[in-house]
Amino acid sequence: MSPRGTSNHADVVIVGAGVMGLAIAYNLATRGGRRIVVLDEHYLAWGASGRNGGGVRQQWSTEMNVRLMQESTELCAHFAEEMGINVWMRRGGYLFLARTKAAADRLERNVALQNRCDLPTRMIPLEEARDLVPELETGPGASGGAAGDANGFVAACYNPTDAIVFPWPFLWGYARAAERRGVTIRTGVPVTAIERRGDDFVLTTPAGTLTAGRVVCAAGAWSPRVARLAGGTLPDRPVRHEILSTEPLKPFLKPMVSVIESGLYVSQSLRGELVGGVSMPEEPNPDGEVRLGSRLEFLTTMARGLCALMPRLGHVKVVRQWAGPYDVSPDGNPIVGELPGIPGFYVVCGFGGHGFMMAPVVARHYAAYLDGETPHPLFTAWRADRFGPGGAPPSADREEMIIG
Amino acid sequence: MSRKVILCRCEDVTLADVQHAVKLGRGDLEEVKRYTGFGTGPCQGKECLREVARAVAEATGSDPAALSPFTARPPLVPVELGVLAAGGRRPASPTRK
Repeated sequence: MSPRGTSNHADVVIVGAGVMGLAIAYNLATRGGRRIVVLDEHYLAWGASGRNGGGVRQQWSTEMNVRLMQESTELCAHFAEEMGINVWMRRGGYLFLARTKAAADRLERNVALQNRCDLPTRMIPLEEARDLVPELETGPGASGGAAGDANGFVAACYNPTDAIVFPWPFLWGYARAAERRGVTIRTGVPVTAIERRGDDFVLTTPAGTLTAGRVVCAAGAWSPRVARLAGGTLPDRPVRHEILSTEPLKPFLKPMVSVIESGLYVSQSLRGELVGGVSMPEEPNPDGEVRLGSRLEFLTTMARGLCALMPRLGHVKVVRQWAGPYDVSPDGNPIVGELPGIPGFYVVCGFGGHGFMMAPVVARHYAAYLDGETPHPLFTAWRADRFGPGGAPPSADREEMIIG
Repeated sequence: MSRKVILCRCEDVTLADVQHAVKLGRGDLEEVKRYTGFGTGPCQGKECLREVARAVAEATGSDPAALSPFTARPPLVPVELGVLAAGGRRPASPTRK
């Protein structure tokens, strides 16, 4: 066994070496004085952190998300310099387009909230949207799109300070900085059992057991499975989302462009490729398994949406499609903090497809919380016990701006 | 003459890049792909996978045959958005050139 003080004991074991787990490890290690181990079943960037579209936006419908993402965007803007790694960040803004009056009204309400938070988002006339993206077809969209894909936009809003990044280097950056501060990261090591022994947890892996004073489950869409090992239950569910990448093109597209009604989003990375996805009907998933296969139906749906939005893209070639899980909670908001009934077992999940962009700021507050400081209000708003025994979602402050 | 050896021509990944990735502990092709970006360009690894695998095997001292290729992603060959939008049929009015 591995009593305290030996090499198989850690003060904190983090399960999941995605951006959230690594960022928490880094922030906690910066505070010093702890032995921290991060375990992951796969390699770095295998999960959702390596599969997302790299969007970093501040346009949200709840004040909590707007303010957190303002802070996170600033952290992203300084990441390359602080970590000494290129994250290919480009601040071209986010342009949202709406087809219906109802969506336009929602955007206006969101813009007013964002302006109160000092974010420079504006409702802009469609002709200004076309100035931003000359390839954009804002009218009925006769060319390229099949029936039902007509654009017919009625409103647009734009925030110039939103950004895109290339996700993978964030993982290398956090991992390297954490390791330099003494964190042990072990990949290819699945946790197969978590048991309570006295004040500690015993974690079983094929590479041996280790004990931990505290466990942080940062396993994203796989969190319910990890929580079950410790005897806990989580109400979030994995939802497959697909994404594609095209051949690289000369830079032409400044903002990330997103259509509210279809959930379509597309941006051009600094590598030149177009990266984007679109909402698909949620599949029945009674067993709660994470599914990562690719479907032709996604390719054709996305291609129709893109060709309707920017008819000139018809001859651009798709080179790759893949899938990743959105980790969706019953009310669309994350689940954070100590799991009720399991003192010392912490979760950070349910980010619904925006965990990557939130990780820099959430991890920073999470480290302070684990260090015993007065918790940030997110630990009250997103606490794990808010769903109650029946899992009934609280309706207040539901985030509307979940895209893709 | 430059001593730079390009293994992945789409993404300009060199032999030294691959050796550096291995030195940092990334000994499997999925990890090397993510660390260097090799195989993520228009050829999707069709030209470079074998060369990179050989370089990784040499750098790690392992048997090249024991290395698994990275997951192949659809489509098998690059396909125009217009073709996909037409449901896999050729678009009605091609306007190229």
